[in-house]
Amino acid sequence: MTAEPMWVPGEVPPADEVSTPYWEATRAHRLTVQECTACGHRQHPPRAVCTRCSSTESLTQPETAGTGRVDSFTVIHRAPRADVAVPYAVARVRLTAGPIVLTRLDGRDDPEAWTIGDPVVVVWTDLPDGRALPSFRPDPADPTKES
Amino acid sequence: MSPGVAIVGAAECDLGVTGLSILGLQTQAVTRALADAGLTLADVDGIATTTVSRFSATQLADYFGIEPRWTDSTFAGGSAFEMFVARAAQAIEAGQCEVVVISFASNQRSARSRKLGGVHEPWIPEAQFEEPYDMLYPLSYYAMAARSYLHRYGGTREQLAEVAVAAREWALLNPKAFRYGKGPLSVEDVVGSTMISSPLTAADCCLVTDGGGAVVLTSLERARDLRQKPVQVLGYGERTTNTSFTAVDDLTRPGAVGSGADAFARAGITPADVDVLEVYDSFTITAALSVEALGFCGEGEVLDFIADGRIRPGGALPLNTSGGGLSYCHPGQFGVLLLVEAVRQLRGECGDRQVPDAQVAVAHGTGGILSTHATVVLGVDR
Repeated sequence: MTAEPMWVPGEVPPADEVSTPYWEATRAHRLTVQECTACGHRQHPPRAVCTRCSSTESLTQPETAGTGRVDSFTVIHRAPRADVAVPYAVARVRLTAGPIVLTRLDGRDDPEAWTIGDPVVVVWTDLPDGRALPSFRPDPADPTKES
Repeated sequence: MSPGVAIVGAAECDLGVTGLSILGLQTQAVTRALADAGLTLADVDGIATTTVSRFSATQLADYFGIEPRWTDSTFAGGSAFEMFVARAAQAIEAGQCEVVVISFASNQRSARSRKLGGVHEPWIPEAQFEEPYDMLYPLSYYAMAARSYLHRYGGTREQLAEVAVAAREWALLNPKAFRYGKGPLSVEDVVGSTMISSPLTAADCCLVTDGGGAVVLTSLERARDLRQKPVQVLGYGERTTNTSFTAVDDLTRPGAVGSGADAFARAGITPADVDVLEVYDSFTITAALSVEALGFCGEGEVLDFIADGRIRPGGALPLNTSGGGLSYCHPGQFGVLLLVEAVRQLRGECGDRQVPDAQVAVAHGTGGILSTHATVVLGVDR
């Protein structure tokens, strides 16, 4: 068993026609990244157009490895809304698939113990409406991982 | 640039904790700047402003009883005012209008309207993909940029604190500064302040105050007949890079690289020609990254570059001579006050904090989360 995230997300706005494939996949805890079948470009968040080749007809939302590395992070000590326990780490994670996502980092008692470059793997928090929100924790499978 | 445009009036509204309305403060800023120029509302045929209302420039025109030939309400956070200088100069040179007022005012401290996060309309991607993670906006982005920079180049929080320490030194020379008379700030004060979004503490963050200001622009030809020594617009440049936390690949090289290069090229100068530098300091890291990106030092060098006191009063690179957003005033969008201080330095009006013989000044605004970047080069009319 992997440790579940210990926080309750705020309200997540409903999906629109562009983001529906992403959010539908989260119901099965599958992390997807939008990919253009015309030029191979991957982008996040999903858009109605490929920012590389301008295609609006070739955008897919395939599943991707839920792994990446911490690009940067910050530990927040004063939350922007009530009922959020502090401190907690918010990070940019560079997915193995390429794009950067914003996320929380879970799974460490001391959030300041994270380091840029740490390997991470996705973990999910279920939302009341059946969708799920991804966050990341240390990747135990990564061979380069430091203790 | 020809035929040339100049700033002929500059003023602040009341600053700090005013208890006044936005339009009351706007009126102070605009009428004081016009009086400084020897002009009145009747002379104004161009208005650029933000954050008055949904129809910001239109609102202000109505309030002042003006039907302008040109307006701009581009919302680009704190950099909008440097962008307005570029657009106003172009409109004046094209003959679309003759006298432009650029203004901003906020009563955010009195009105307690500042929030820590939650600024996204629910239909934009950031609302679905970023805001659920409870980052602070804009602070957490700058905090991650600071983390990236310190990690990549081996710098320390103590080195970064120099930006706030130097800003306080300048503020102690400016009676209008919020921290005037509050004594010096030490590196230990900054790093030991309340941690908000690591590695940035409360003392790495700008003030939250009321305030604002205005500048008046007209053709250089007309400027020479007005009461103040004209301050010529020598160059400008801008970049718009992101709204999201994830679009920009390298957090340590902001759009100021491009905006500054464009502005310096247009002005035909290099950073070595700049006597006074006014850059956006929403956070210590904002100013540090901007100084480096504008080319005043090499990549990865800014923390060593500023360590010798060169950005303090009497130093080789006078930076944020008003005390900046960190110790003078930060009304939410600081860009107009960068222009006001640059103009005053070039006119020699700055009293104890005057930079001797200042001939060229740069004002560099930053909006959002290192989202928008606009550089203006100003010079004494020769």
